[in-house]
Amino acid sequence: MEKTIAAISTGTMSGGGISIIRLSGPEAIDITDKVFKSKKNTKLCNVDSHTVHYGNIVDDNMVIDEVLVTVMKAPNTYTRENVVEIGCHGGILVTRKVLETVLKAGASPAEPGEFTKRAFLNGRIDLSQAEAVIDIINAKNDYALKASVNQLRGNISEKIKDMRNIILDNVAFIESALDDPEHFDIDSNVEKLNKDVDNSVKNIENLLKTCENGRIIRDGIRTVILGKTNAGKSSLLNALTREERAIVTDIEGTTRDILEEQINLSGITLNLIDTAGIRQTDDYVESIGVKKAKEYAKDADLIIFVVDSSRPLDNNDYEIIDLIKDKKVLVLLNKSDMETVVTPDDITSHLECSVMSISAKNETGIDELEEEIKKMFFNGDISSNEEMYITNARHKNLLRESLESLKLVQQGIDNGISEDFLTIDLMESYKKLGLIIGEEIEDDLADRIFSKFCMGK
Amino acid sequence: MPNIREEYDVAVVGAGHAGCEAALACARLGLETIIFTVSVESIAMMPCNPNIGGSSKGHLVREIDALGGEMGKNIDATFIQSKMLNASKGPAVHSLRAQADKSDYSRRMRQVLENTEHLHIRQAEVSELIVKDGVVGGVKTVSGAEYITKSVVLCTGVYLKARCIYGDVSYYTGPNGLQAANHLTESLIENGIEVRRFKTGTPARVDKRSIDFSKMTEQFGDERVVPFSFETDPDSIQKEQVSCWLTYTNEDTHKIIKDNIDRSPLYSGNIQGTGPRYCPSIEDKVVRFADKDRHQVFVEPEGLYTNEMYLGGMSSSMPEDVQYAMYRTVPGLENVKIVRNAYAIEYDCISATQLKSSLEFKKIKGLFAGGQFNGSSGYEEAAAQGIIAGINSAMYCMGKEPLILDRSESYIGVLIDDLVTKESLEPYRMMTSRAEYRLLLRQDNADIRLTKYGYDIGLISEERMNKLNNKIKLIQEEIERVKSVNIGTGKEVQKLLTDNGSTELTTGVTLAELIKRPELSYDILAPIDSNRPDFSYDVREQVNINLKYEGYIDRQMRQVEHFKKLEKKMIPDSLDYFSISGLRKEAMQKLDKFRPASIGQASRISGVSPADISVLLVYLESYNRRKNS
Repeated sequence: MEKTIAAISTGTMSGGGISIIRLSGPEAIDITDKVFKSKKNTKLCNVDSHTVHYGNIVDDNMVIDEVLVTVMKAPNTYTRENVVEIGCHGGILVTRKVLETVLKAGASPAEPGEFTKRAFLNGRIDLSQAEAVIDIINAKNDYALKASVNQLRGNISEKIKDMRNIILDNVAFIESALDDPEHFDIDSNVEKLNKDVDNSVKNIENLLKTCENGRIIRDGIRTVILGKTNAGKSSLLNALTREERAIVTDIEGTTRDILEEQINLSGITLNLIDTAGIRQTDDYVESIGVKKAKEYAKDADLIIFVVDSSRPLDNNDYEIIDLIKDKKVLVLLNKSDMETVVTPDDITSHLECSVMSISAKNETGIDELEEEIKKMFFNGDISSNEEMYITNARHKNLLRESLESLKLVQQGIDNGISEDFLTIDLMESYKKLGLIIGEEIEDDLADRIFSKFCMGK
Repeated sequence: MPNIREEYDVAVVGAGHAGCEAALACARLGLETIIFTVSVESIAMMPCNPNIGGSSKGHLVREIDALGGEMGKNIDATFIQSKMLNASKGPAVHSLRAQADKSDYSRRMRQVLENTEHLHIRQAEVSELIVKDGVVGGVKTVSGAEYITKSVVLCTGVYLKARCIYGDVSYYTGPNGLQAANHLTESLIENGIEVRRFKTGTPARVDKRSIDFSKMTEQFGDERVVPFSFETDPDSIQKEQVSCWLTYTNEDTHKIIKDNIDRSPLYSGNIQGTGPRYCPSIEDKVVRFADKDRHQVFVEPEGLYTNEMYLGGMSSSMPEDVQYAMYRTVPGLENVKIVRNAYAIEYDCISATQLKSSLEFKKIKGLFAGGQFNGSSGYEEAAAQGIIAGINSAMYCMGKEPLILDRSESYIGVLIDDLVTKESLEPYRMMTSRAEYRLLLRQDNADIRLTKYGYDIGLISEERMNKLNNKIKLIQEEIERVKSVNIGTGKEVQKLLTDNGSTELTTGVTLAELIKRPELSYDILAPIDSNRPDFSYDVREQVNINLKYEGYIDRQMRQVEHFKKLEKKMIPDSLDYFSISGLRKEAMQKLDKFRPASIGQASRISGVSPADISVLLVYLESYNRRKNS
């Protein structure tokens, strides 16, 4: 049976408003039924095709969002399969939460371009568009590949690699013993295996917990723009988020003083947070903004410190320098279009950082700034507070699947099942973890067996 | 004009384990078949270890038997010890292994060949392929004789430009000083076949009288011997068995090897061929696994009528004097006398990626290949390819579709698929872990999986097929019955459960559910199943396995379903991958080189990504729509 796939189908450009999650496949309706509570208590499996229903998406009795669900039955649909569209309106975070809920209920995350591919393979799209379909698949894959690598910063891939290593060692040992039973004895190995599997289960559960945490569900590098009042922060933000650069969306929770936007630099997502100008103030409202700005700075992955280079550094600047000493910082000497009095040395004598000259007003130096950020990212200079980021629904799903396989191993051990069954689930888990970090299995197992265990008569 | 010119349907080059199965398959299907060997005495010779079967290899032998091959019957007739390996583990990894009387094994196989109708044995070295316009037309021998055939099967084993080496001694012969085949390689290259060089090795054979067995551990065969062939009556092969012996190397052995490592041709660069990692020489083991203070040595008889013993685990290409010194450090071998030296052997072979899954060359019609020539190792791997190459050579001659077994139905399928889709850097050896659906590919059900193919082809008799169909029917009916038998919480039931270390029932369950408990089985529960009919062991075994492991088996069946879907999406032979714009360059090159038969096969080629497969699917869909309109 074909898998049932799901994805957010509205472009990320749509911003705010309504976003749509689309499911396609034989189980699309049944899966939605598991998470949808209709206001009229109707079950979607009983409704007519091409009808709309009002209700809530519910996960573990918690209402995620109020939605409109459109049910379309095969074959008169885009993919010629059963299709369900869930319209939600809670912004990007809630939309993702809804997607996750349907994934948990049994849908698989759609591969890039998969809806279009299915539509074509099922004869829904004209032959003349075959090439366009291929282009979509390719373009989306390029992007997804980059994005998915980008999203695995921090020590996540290390963690996953470690786990895979341990799993593969166990499988290699068991398989060596099964292959050459007069040579290796596995009967005494169960305890070690049990311990290793328990550890991996805990590790994966922890990883999954980290990505349940709302704060880091947002993709991207948390980039905080700091500077004293009138240093040019807002012009910089505007320059960086020019229309053609795809402003993604306002993220909820932004306050009057903190403006957050998302931009994309060739596959790297930046969450730009513009802060209130930092200065000593007695104004209560303004002081809240300043306090907030400092908090954001503490959590940032990257700080862009905008300095008004037409005015000498003052106490406000020094206070900022003090605040960001331990962070990854890019300093921009803004207003290069005017007469400047601040030199790069004035900064680097106080702060370890890169310094660039720009004019946010004239938009000069912006491209160089982007290049620099990209460079920092790819060099791994920008880290993420050593925190783990699993942001991608696909990763999460794979983690969940590998966890399930490991739980089957635990169950097997408890039931005294022979090791040759356990390795099947161990390898399944190994494979799924590999997909997260973009590794296929190829001949890993044979290689490990031969390199670690002295086989053969 | 050559003085001799004969016509046959099929020529098989080489009479080792692959050649024998290939020739028998062709001749038994009624095709006039000639089999060439450099020495009639060496037909089905076992130049290395004296056993047949073992983990996953035992599966292959069973499968060969189910298709109508000879290997299983031959070892059943000539074994001197037999063991079911992993008997305490799951049924998927139970594996039969038997020690053979080597000369008996070879003699009996030769007899079978000699007495098979349509089969002609010819002692001669084949030196040339006759190929015209990409179609094979026969072979020539060194004497200039021409054999005109419709099809040719190459099973040259380790004989092509074979070179045996120990220390600084090396000579161009096959195993045991047999004549090498020095000419055919050139002809292969002339016909566009890419050739490479592999290496393998074997330990010394020593005189039994010079061994002190009191310092070794004796290893016995199983009390009840299970035959390889589904046609062998188990009662007919219960006999007295001989023992093998286990001893170990030690620090002294390793020191001698390390002190002399510069004299090893492996490390001096005198050997260039690539050897297998799973069957390393003792010097390799000592160097690569320096932390191990001992290695096992299995001392195994070569036969009943010889004093020669095989030193399993100590293959080597060290000089003679080092061999003596190191063997004599091993407990029990202090005064050992060597009969034949250990040696390494290098030979020409091919990368099987030049073959289709039918084992026919992609570029030369009618030319098939099997065995070690294809880059595998092991008697069983060779025989498995041999029977497929033979069958498909016959199918080609008769204008029929080739027999291609897939990964979900047989180890043979896994073996061949791996060989033709993966670039292997060393001789390929079968392992159960290479079979992703191994819970389904058990040695106990090889007959159920494959006999129908043997029957359709014509290698399995009507009688055998009927017998099997009857067995399958009994199994299915019994499984259904057991699923509907309800077991209550009566006294007798609870007692049986506690007696077998199981927990008592709180409510009634079906018999099938009880069988799933690890500590119980179909047979154990017989006393509380009063209406159970009387069945033979093989039926009871299948009922038990199928019910006990139902969950796991069902899961693999579902995976197979998905797998089969992609296997069935065939790719036309003529596809120009470079014209498919969406493919990445690496994928284009790899696909063009391997020319996979199906989308499934394409997905297993390294360097072809899931996105490439999507592109290929879309392209094929539009290709087919265009063709149909």
